[in-house]
Amino acid sequence: MNLVIAFLLVPFTGMLLIPFLKVNGKGILTFALLSVNALISGYLAIQSLIGDDIVFSFPGSLITGDIPIRIDALSGWFILIISLVFLTGCFYGLFYMKAYKEQKNNLSLHAIAFLFQYTSLVSICMIQNSFVFLLAWEVMALTSFLVIIFDHEHLATIKAGINYLIQAHFSIVFLMIGFIWVASKTGSYDFQSITTYSQSISGPASVMFFLFFFTGFALKAGFVPFHTWLPYAHPAAPSHVSGMMSGVIIKIGIFGIMRMLLVIKTDYVTVGYIILILSLVSGLYGVMLAIVQHNLKKLLAYHSIENIGIIGIGIGIGSIGLGTGNQVLATLGFAGALLHTLNHALFKSLLFYTAGNVYLATHTLDIEKLGGLIKKMPQTALLFLVAAIAISGIPPFNGFVSEFIIYSGVYNWLSDASLVSLLLAVSTTSGLAMIGGLAMLCFTKAFGVVFLGSARSELPASCSEVPFAQLIPLYILAGMIIAIGLFPMAFISLLSHPVSLFTGTSGFGLSPAQVTVFKAIQPVSWASWILILLVISIYTIRRFALSQRKITTGTTWGCGYEAGTPKIQYTAGSFVRSYSKLFSPFLQIGKHEDEVKGIFPPPAHYHTHPYDKVERWLIDEPLKHNKSFMGRFVFLHNGKLQFYILYGVIFILAVISIPFIYEKVYSFIELLKQL
Amino acid sequence: MLSALLIVIAAIFFTGIIIRTKSLASGRKGPQIMQPVLDVIRLFRKGVVYSETTSFIFQIAPTIYFASVVMAMLVVPFGQSSGVLSFNGDFIFFAYVLALGKFFSIIAAMDTGSSFEGMGASREALYSMFAEPAFFILMGSLALLSGHTSFQEIFTALHIGSQISYALAALATFVILMIAMIESSRMPIDDPKTHLELTMIHEVMILDNSGFDLGLILTTGYLKFAIYGALIVNLFIGVIPYQYAIPSFFAIQFLMAVTIGIIESFMARFRMSHNPQFIVALTSVSLLIFFGVLLILNKFM
Repeated sequence: MNLVIAFLLVPFTGMLLIPFLKVNGKGILTFALLSVNALISGYLAIQSLIGDDIVFSFPGSLITGDIPIRIDALSGWFILIISLVFLTGCFYGLFYMKAYKEQKNNLSLHAIAFLFQYTSLVSICMIQNSFVFLLAWEVMALTSFLVIIFDHEHLATIKAGINYLIQAHFSIVFLMIGFIWVASKTGSYDFQSITTYSQSISGPASVMFFLFFFTGFALKAGFVPFHTWLPYAHPAAPSHVSGMMSGVIIKIGIFGIMRMLLVIKTDYVTVGYIILILSLVSGLYGVMLAIVQHNLKKLLAYHSIENIGIIGIGIGIGSIGLGTGNQVLATLGFAGALLHTLNHALFKSLLFYTAGNVYLATHTLDIEKLGGLIKKMPQTALLFLVAAIAISGIPPFNGFVSEFIIYSGVYNWLSDASLVSLLLAVSTTSGLAMIGGLAMLCFTKAFGVVFLGSARSELPASCSEVPFAQLIPLYILAGMIIAIGLFPMAFISLLSHPVSLFTGTSGFGLSPAQVTVFKAIQPVSWASWILILLVISIYTIRRFALSQRKITTGTTWGCGYEAGTPKIQYTAGSFVRSYSKLFSPFLQIGKHEDEVKGIFPPPAHYHTHPYDKVERWLIDEPLKHNKSFMGRFVFLHNGKLQFYILYGVIFILAVISIPFIYEKVYSFIELLKQL
Repeated sequence: MLSALLIVIAAIFFTGIIIRTKSLASGRKGPQIMQPVLDVIRLFRKGVVYSETTSFIFQIAPTIYFASVVMAMLVVPFGQSSGVLSFNGDFIFFAYVLALGKFFSIIAAMDTGSSFEGMGASREALYSMFAEPAFFILMGSLALLSGHTSFQEIFTALHIGSQISYALAALATFVILMIAMIESSRMPIDDPKTHLELTMIHEVMILDNSGFDLGLILTTGYLKFAIYGALIVNLFIGVIPYQYAIPSFFAIQFLMAVTIGIIESFMARFRMSHNPQFIVALTSVSLLIFFGVLLILNKFM
């Protein structure tokens, strides 16, 4: 308990000290305080992860009631992920922010918001009182807003931030409705009362009840169609923040969904179907749009939606397993989802940090202008490559391990008898396969265009590798990616307690269902080892063979044409042109084109602007109608103080007179009835 | 172990047989069967030329491409004897490890900065993405039919003996054959012998490779054929004893090579824009297999 109080005090210490320090001091103190907090929460998390749940209760106020703190294995798992990503992100941020060291006050605000963001995120994992939970949730939403709009001199950043702020509050509205629903029925804010209440309802009401929470958390997680804030917020934020947004903030939505699956006893099969279908749509739609993006960070942001979809598929089949009593399916589903949560946090933050390096070196994120960076920034390129292979779910890295567990779950599900679930299982496998293939198309494009070939525009002369210290957190992340790929067993055994929270087998030792996961994954790690050994041995043979041969260099083959310029290279747009033609029903790509005309043609242009169809029909169109309706009342907003005072008076009169009028009308109706 | 050995032997002759069939069909005598292998050996002895634009990606990619296909070969079983590696869900590993090789061959093509090779890379990435769902639905249906999830268990349990299951095996053969054609970049998706860079897919991606690297890439192509051939063989041999199984392995591989040769002799390559339609049609054929399995298992009741 003392630890938790200390944990809460740390960010306040930071708030008092940070504004008075010099720029370097601010960063170092933030990192130090964050490390202290990460140590405290990590200690608690590891305890809970090995099976010792930490439960105690703060005496709350009259309004909140007691505030129970329960750290179970699920909280532990997420706290560890959050701490890891924040630590690496903060360390990376120390260097990334050097470019902005003039803006002292802005940096102080950023650092303080950063600390509070971490504290609120970890608190969300621990608090089980819905009132205080919402408070922490709100702190998280506001601090995220503050860290996103660091670069607030740009209009686009502010717009993205406000977009995020509004949608974050939509999420809070849904959560609030859910929590108030429970509180009004049971009179308690404790999460346990949610369980007791959910047991008392059944059928559609119970599913509806779950869906309120699900929608709230899905807005945060970025499931399609609730994703539209995400592709704006991620690119607008500084790179270390976008890494954490994608690595952690959207995962807190996943945490919420999993927590609610634990707390709410509902019809798990129906809920599972809903989650599964939404996730499939998210996965496919996310990657489809990612492919056509030209902004590197926006591309990565759409990929977050795709990966949330993959995690959701795991949760969906896990939930169906719970509902049908299929222990193996539930274990595989939840284990896959939890592991993919960690995996995505690792490779996505790594990708954003490398994108940050690219931005620092070249001052642009438009991939059509980049190229050939592998020669100037070999380490960044290599790290990006590792993460790109991992995110495409290709062995021997970590993405494959979690996707393999989810695939195993789906194929295990095939033994289920019902026709509907068979059809769904087959569409899930082909959907997953499509997602994998599209992700490969997307990341060969991103890596190939940004790092390979030669530069497509004049890059700054100072374009070079970032200092080694800045690369340290990136190497740590890459190391974890490789470690999970090669020693998956170690990480999966950590998962045994979080998963058994769902499947219901408690205590030490492994349940038979978990043994199946182990058996499924063990050979995969062997296969990865063999693959690596194979690559090394073939490469050695190749080197030996080539050591006696003549090695020459020449120009790239251009059908005999030797004077090629970088401009004739394949661009990102042309790389995905046949794709975007095929998938045009799902995409919306605006084009500006000046064709080549005449005998002596003037310069020609070709621009494309990818846009989101869901955003257009779900956000823009309703907003437009809303605006045109509200526009009719603009005359009220005339800027004259007298009028505003008049409105105030009218309002006060109305408030006073409404009960009075109501009473009169009521008695009049009574009178009519009597007649 | 046995399967890997047989696949390597089949790979030595496979491409030679295709070339010989094509030569005979066009009225020529053609090179000897071993010529492709001799070509590779000659390449292994040669020096290499690298483009100035390329980086270390270009140098390591052929190695990884080769290793990934060898790795895929190791999980393919042969009748009763399992592959070197055999585990539940090994066909998922099979598909994804092949994707690793593809990933590297695509980025290696991008590494040269050539617009031709970029074009080939773009096409390869797109087409292989379309082929993947077909494979996963096919294996899913077979897994459903047999109740197992590893290559060897699926193939040994496949013998149910009803007429529908033979029809399914025929359809599955078609699907695997077509996936083999897509993966190995042959007709009707891609024409390895076309004379124009603009119309190639795989060949244009390796324009800048030479010497040892080119040798590795060609060997990989030969191996890929034999691996898919072995998958087709497995659909039919089941648990029959080795003295029949091994000859039928080579017979079916030979038949497949001749079929490919005949297809390539008498068919023109599809228009590039028609390829995706063709590949998506493949997915519907595998869906047909899936519904066939549902019929057999009486799931529609």
